[in-house]
Amino acid sequence: MSRRPAGSRLLLGLMFGAAACAAAQTGPAPALRWGGDAEGGAPFVEADPADPSKVRGFDVEVAETIARGLGREPRFVQVAFSSIDASVARGDFDIGLSGVEDTPARRAMLAATMPYFEFREVLAVRQADAGNYRGLSDLLGRRVGTLGGTIAYDILLAGRERHGYLPVSYDDDVHPYSDLAAGRLDAVLLDHIIAARSLKRVPGLVVEPDPVATGHYIGVLAKENTRLRDRVNEVLAAAMRDGTLERIYRRWDIWDASQAAFFQASLSTLSRNPADAGSLAVSSSRWASAIRYVPSLLRAALITLLLSCAAMALAVLLGIGIAAGRIYGPGAARALLTGYVELVRGTPVLLQLFVLYYGLSSVVRLPAFAAALLGLGLNYAAYESEIYRGALEAVSRVQLEAARTLGFSEWLILRLVRGPQAFRLALAPMTNDFVALLKDSSLVSVITVVELTKQTSIFATNIGSWVLPGILCAAIYLAMSLPLSRLARRLERRWSATA
Amino acid sequence: MTELLQIEGLRLSRAGREVLKGISLSVPRGQVAALMGLSGSGKTTALRATVALEAFDAGRIEVDGFALSAGPVPTESRLAPLRRKAGMVFQSHALFEHLTAIENVALAPIRVLGQPEAESRERGSLLLDSLGVGHRATAYPRELSGGEAQRVAIARALAMDPPLLLMDEPTASLDPARRGSLGETLEALSREGRGLLIATHDTDFASDFADRVIILAEGVVAEEGPPSLLASPTHPATRALLDYRKTERPHRT
Repeated sequence: MSRRPAGSRLLLGLMFGAAACAAAQTGPAPALRWGGDAEGGAPFVEADPADPSKVRGFDVEVAETIARGLGREPRFVQVAFSSIDASVARGDFDIGLSGVEDTPARRAMLAATMPYFEFREVLAVRQADAGNYRGLSDLLGRRVGTLGGTIAYDILLAGRERHGYLPVSYDDDVHPYSDLAAGRLDAVLLDHIIAARSLKRVPGLVVEPDPVATGHYIGVLAKENTRLRDRVNEVLAAAMRDGTLERIYRRWDIWDASQAAFFQASLSTLSRNPADAGSLAVSSSRWASAIRYVPSLLRAALITLLLSCAAMALAVLLGIGIAAGRIYGPGAARALLTGYVELVRGTPVLLQLFVLYYGLSSVVRLPAFAAALLGLGLNYAAYESEIYRGALEAVSRVQLEAARTLGFSEWLILRLVRGPQAFRLALAPMTNDFVALLKDSSLVSVITVVELTKQTSIFATNIGSWVLPGILCAAIYLAMSLPLSRLARRLERRWSATA
Repeated sequence: MTELLQIEGLRLSRAGREVLKGISLSVPRGQVAALMGLSGSGKTTALRATVALEAFDAGRIEVDGFALSAGPVPTESRLAPLRRKAGMVFQSHALFEHLTAIENVALAPIRVLGQPEAESRERGSLLLDSLGVGHRATAYPRELSGGEAQRVAIARALAMDPPLLLMDEPTASLDPARRGSLGETLEALSREGRGLLIATHDTDFASDFADRVIILAEGVVAEEGPPSLLASPTHPATRALLDYRKTERPHRT
């Protein structure tokens, strides 16, 4: 159920893609293709340190158990955690298994196996706060982080009004804990397996003993694949009964008394009621949840708009300064500013955001929104400065000379002659840049700002479909950007006539 | 006669080439002097050096008591007195594209001299009227014909009331009728006591309206005298200038 920060993802994909190809050539038996995210890490699924082309973890062994029970060969397919549902639905593999949480939406959209593991949502806090935040109700005014698109995030959202804390969503399950240690968060709510693992990695944290909730991991198959699902359930139930699963969990040190109780309970429930959630309620509930999400999408759109406007304002001010410095400044300042522009334009904005938010956190601990604003503003300032520089250079030199012979100072020439004309030339490209910024602002979700795209992806994960959220999200972006594009075109026409 | 402009031994190199090789000339108040020569003879460069748009290597330029010497161009604040003494009308007019004709004319009096806006605009309107373009006051430069734009540019320079007015190729964009009326304008300005130095290669225009002609050739003053010397040229450079006129009507743009 977890993801590591972006980075090694591509490498992993290539590695396992190659491994899968190799397996396809050699394996004559009908393979059981199972999808998981090796970035989730131990104990779920991770690349085997001894042989990085293989994976290991308790989910890997569960998959092997299922394959064995079906008389098939297991074959691992690497897939991004957030894409498991969509990938299995379109037939990329037979079954998805990677700490996949049991949610009503998932059950409505896919064929879900019986739960095979029970996890507890637990709060991790700094050692100094141990005992202070025993439950969500103790977190009034505090910042609580978790992985977006999970049950834990839904729990945080649902309790926000009642308990008065601020939920902070992350794209991975590593940074919430490092931010907790750094003081950016006051608590992290996540599965106890992830919490236990993170406590080993990040010193100075403890887990509060009382779980906030419990949840289950399930396997997911395509909706129509119920026959295979039923056979998988038989295999899982047998593995619960005969101790196979217990042995696996003990090996990965995730077995405890509550797991035994869960096994008992689920075996007895299974015998009584093996059915899925009814598919009758599906379409109506999806529409209902879509409507439920509209206000939060609009709120997120407001964040996008606010962030874009503020970042653009910063970019314009800095951009003017940089452009003026590069035209009028002394040699050293010119070289410095040129260096800045080249550095910013030559590196990905994603990297700049990471460095600003995480990389510099030991020096200056910026709040996420401030880091996003600063990151986008500093990045776009480089591009704006090039527009302004070009526009300033485009004002004919002889006009500037004429102004000088009339006795204007350099400053007055810039303000009265050069600036106003450059501004007209720059206006259309600036507007275009603003539209680009509006869309680039979606990148700041990597530093926990929930803006429109992020909210849409949370929405999509929760209802198990991208169709409606995607359409709504696109419509909102277009509603913001189309008028601006039109404005840019009109300005371009108007000023090209005057200049 | 008081010398308004005095240039002595002006030498100026650009990109390793000596454009002006030690020219000396003077313009008194109340005189229209034509600085003549073929393209590349250094006319424009001499004008630009006079209004401190160009640094020069040796020599001295004095405008109504304000002296420029060889070396880098002084800062604009040190040039402030010069700006009040010498106005320049560029060949391309160089009007501020984003301002109307009247705004072009009134901008410097308001911003540089600190005159009240209403008064500056009033004076600007009178200037535009006197130059025959009062009806174009609210037009933008792109909407003006070449002749109109030139008159607005003259008005802009005169709005600062400089005793010395420099003009670069003023007849280049004018038809013959317009050239005549421009000439009359210049004569009127000289009667007000201003000195005018007109860079041109238009021998007809110089014969008709200049009080004195100065022939530049290859960076030196080749010949100097009353306009009548154009009728009986002695120097080869002057003859070349006249020959040029015969082969091609000087309607440079």
